[in-house]
Amino acid sequence: MASLTGVREYTRITEIKGPLLVVEGVSRVAYDEIVEVELATGERRRGRVLEVNRNIAIVQVFEGTTGITTIGTKVRFLGRPLEIPLSEDMLGRIFNGLGEPIDGGPPIIAEEKRDINGAPLNPAERDYPEDFIQTGVSTIDGMNTLVRGQKLPIFSGSGLPHNILAAQIARQATVRGEHEEFAVVFSAIGIKYDDYYFFKKFFEETGALNRVAMFVNLADEPAMIRLVTPRTALTLAEYLAYERDMHVLVILTDMTNYAEALREISAAREEVPGRQGYPGYLYSDLASIYERAGRVKGKKGSITQMPILTMPNDDITHPIPDLTGYITEGQIVLSRELYNRGIYPPINVLMSLSRLMKEGIGPEKTREDHAEVSNQLYAAYSRGVELRSLAAVVGEESLSKVERLYLKFAEDFERKFLSQGTRENRDIEKTLDLAWNVLSILPEEELTNVREEYVKKYHPEYKGG
Amino acid sequence: MVLSWGFKPVPVRGRIVRISGPLVIAEGMTGAKMYEMVRVGEDRLIGEITRIRGDLAFVQVYESTSGLKPGEIIEGTGYPLSVELGPGLLGNIYDGVQRPLPLIAKIIASKIPQRKMFIERGIDVSPLSHEQKWAFYQGEPEDKVKLRPGDKVKPGDVLGWVQETEIVRHKIMVPPDVRGKLKWLTSDGDYTITEPIAEVEVNGKVKEITMVHRWPVRAPRPYKEKLEPTEPLITGMRIIDTMFPMAKGGTGAIPGGFGTGKTVTLHSLAQWSSANVVIYIGCGERGNEMTEVLVRFPEYKDPWTGKPLMKRTILIANTSNMPVAAREASIYTGVTLAEYYRDMGYDVLLVADSTSRWAEALREIAGRLEEMPAEEGYPSYLASRLAEFYERAGRVITLGDPERTGSVTLVGAVSPPGGDFTEPVTSHTKRFIRVFWALDTKLAYSRHYPAINWLLSYSAYTDTVEEWWSETVDPLWREYRDEAMAILNREDELMEIVRLVGTEGLDEKDKLVLETARLIKDGFLKQNAFDPIDAFTPPLKQFKLLKMIMDIHRKALEMIERGFTVAQIKEGLGRLYLNIVRAKFTVPNNRLEEIDVLEERVLKALEDYEAKVIIHG
Repeated sequence: MASLTGVREYTRITEIKGPLLVVEGVSRVAYDEIVEVELATGERRRGRVLEVNRNIAIVQVFEGTTGITTIGTKVRFLGRPLEIPLSEDMLGRIFNGLGEPIDGGPPIIAEEKRDINGAPLNPAERDYPEDFIQTGVSTIDGMNTLVRGQKLPIFSGSGLPHNILAAQIARQATVRGEHEEFAVVFSAIGIKYDDYYFFKKFFEETGALNRVAMFVNLADEPAMIRLVTPRTALTLAEYLAYERDMHVLVILTDMTNYAEALREISAAREEVPGRQGYPGYLYSDLASIYERAGRVKGKKGSITQMPILTMPNDDITHPIPDLTGYITEGQIVLSRELYNRGIYPPINVLMSLSRLMKEGIGPEKTREDHAEVSNQLYAAYSRGVELRSLAAVVGEESLSKVERLYLKFAEDFERKFLSQGTRENRDIEKTLDLAWNVLSILPEEELTNVREEYVKKYHPEYKGG
Repeated sequence: MVLSWGFKPVPVRGRIVRISGPLVIAEGMTGAKMYEMVRVGEDRLIGEITRIRGDLAFVQVYESTSGLKPGEIIEGTGYPLSVELGPGLLGNIYDGVQRPLPLIAKIIASKIPQRKMFIERGIDVSPLSHEQKWAFYQGEPEDKVKLRPGDKVKPGDVLGWVQETEIVRHKIMVPPDVRGKLKWLTSDGDYTITEPIAEVEVNGKVKEITMVHRWPVRAPRPYKEKLEPTEPLITGMRIIDTMFPMAKGGTGAIPGGFGTGKTVTLHSLAQWSSANVVIYIGCGERGNEMTEVLVRFPEYKDPWTGKPLMKRTILIANTSNMPVAAREASIYTGVTLAEYYRDMGYDVLLVADSTSRWAEALREIAGRLEEMPAEEGYPSYLASRLAEFYERAGRVITLGDPERTGSVTLVGAVSPPGGDFTEPVTSHTKRFIRVFWALDTKLAYSRHYPAINWLLSYSAYTDTVEEWWSETVDPLWREYRDEAMAILNREDELMEIVRLVGTEGLDEKDKLVLETARLIKDGFLKQNAFDPIDAFTPPLKQFKLLKMIMDIHRKALEMIERGFTVAQIKEGLGRLYLNIVRAKFTVPNNRLEEIDVLEERVLKALEDYEAKVIIHG
């Protein structure tokens, strides 16, 4: 936007609705330009241009329109897009959603300023993610492996322990053979103070605060800022990854609040709604956030994204998780049923998936049997779960002997493999050995997904000699 | 359809009055043509006129409109949105309006090196290299018939060819709008695509012919005659080739919720299909998936020629974070390239991932144009646009001499919201395609891949390709296939009963159906796209694997009639059961006789067991 003219000020506001201002008599206003609104009281708010029609501009005010009047309000068009100053010193600091420090520390001395909207990554310049990240959580490492540069969301429900799981992953995540720790960019999007406090305390306690940058928009703060919070965070992440060679883990929580803010603005603009009132462009809009993850040719750094979203009514077909799942490279789904049975982490493995898993596992990366063991666990556990619901109707005695072993397998899988402590950090060998242990409940003829060679090598019956 | 609307188009010039996302409205555009390509604003962004009202033109812009202001200039080009066709397409990766992405990166790198991985706006690059020289040979590569000056030439006549890649010989044809007398044809030698290689006298005027020409993407390229698709497009995927086959020139859709494996299936199709040229459109999907193709395809070998796959592939990438309007165009760009290679006489496979994102782009633009929405906000012309797209598939006799047939096979992924197949894009698509590979969330959850549901899927080509299988593979193909399908259907009915009484309540014959169905699923339908052997199964191996399973079933059925139980039969099989299930990935594709040996061993083992039980029992 180099060609934009300087600051221009207008006062003719003809309409105020929801978060929108209609300003008339403007000239040379650019689409997506940033605006400063000065109220008669002297208070200043920020906004951006959503649409220009000849000499009329529609402006979205981030802090909301409460108290704005049609007379005595000045609207200044600043001649530039929304930018934030960037610096490595932002690690260890706390900012609001617009990227301004709120921790009482000194202002950021910018090494560079950047448009928060970023630009799309050229697919021809991406590098394919393939470095295994060991999270120490068996169901993730063993069955839904995370790799560096992936975007893997947690689909949760209200009240489920997604924060604890995300924190556990942030604490334990390592790339084997490397000692470098992840820099964490944390973006709080309309979350409750308790949730924010949980993460803040967690980062303080683990001594990680100096490698964490937090962008915070709490539930009681203006909703429109939620639309920029993930973007300011990702702008810093891109800077750290591609200019400062860091491996960055970005946690975005809670994307449901983001989508709701988007719906609010869309309704105010009287757009044709798509499913459940969300705008038809929700997919593209979410993609402009999630796709800002990955690795780039010739750059050492990477961006791994872990967005968290709560599924309204635990419904995975709701537009927010549904569209997210179509963009992200898999999903970790939390289950209320497992949680109620006291199992941590309550990961519904059957519904969870990591699309980039195959790249991160195998000989030299994890272990040769990893892929097949994982497939076998899936096949066996899904059969076990299916038979469990069957047994609930017809009774266990109506099942064959082998089928009853599957019931036992499913139980042990949940209690021994899935279940682990919030501070328990299992390495990948331990995870895979545990997998073989639970699989050994089944007769060998049932292990059709694993080649004989691996059975002979890793099955407890042969392994012990 | 001709390339331009007459000679010397008069470009119009107007001014922007309104900007709303990818939609820009300009005034002073009298004389602009519908679907004309325009240049928007100071950055000269690419756009296309999609509606005209008075002197207003509504323009959909293929790049981000951020920073655009009312008052900026819009300039018409006089031409419709079109693609450049000529040697150099294969192995390349383009955006939705055919700009080469690696070249964009190079240009940005020369200006702002640290931003080279991002796509900036207003970059003007030609799709094909105008400097590279290609070795041109006269005549048709196989035929050796050469045209001489004085010969009458018509659209599609082959003037010569260049070896575009190790796999594909690119035929240089008389463009579809040129007909006349050949005045001059250059001799064999090295030429760039813009140097003249022939001259044709058209109505007294001499027209220069180069190795490149442009074609509007929204207009289907002409052909002589459409034929029935009778030859299967072999994909190496067992559930597809054997159960729900695709034919060369056919149309198919793969609908499925997220995580059901649409992309993996499409990648497999692009990798293994018996096509000469593959066009892969990433339409509003993930960036990393395009990268995966870009990284892997040069390493993988085409199973039919043994050469790197990338040598027969063109990628069109308009990922979900790239401008939405170009997503709408990418489908047409892709199918036009497909038709161009079809016209050379090749079998072309085009896969589009995903047509739902294309439909959503249509919806977004329609919404901005404030058009009256039909179902779920989609415009009322959604169905007709889908029909137009799929109708561009087909096996045809092409224009021109020598006579040749070519085909375009279209396969589109569909991403129904919430996995609901009754939504508009899936339900309309079903009306225009003939193969339906329905992906199933439940199968995907248990990692049964490809998660194609055998009860919901169908192929209208099963009958038309039967003759090919019968002649090329085995006359019994159809019989075994139908028998296996019957067992899978019967299993589904039986599961209803099992839900009430459990498996132990069934009689032995029904128990056998369940066991055989499981064997078909584990030993035949399930296929690991990442296993070096299992990923691609040649037709004969598909037949042998299925035959083995069905022969065992027949044998077991006889035993049950003689009073044996399923449990006994399984005991008789013992550990051989594992060999049957694992044969798909343990028997190499060049040692298929091992399957016959295994089948004999299994049948023998069952006979021995029977004899033993009868003696001792």
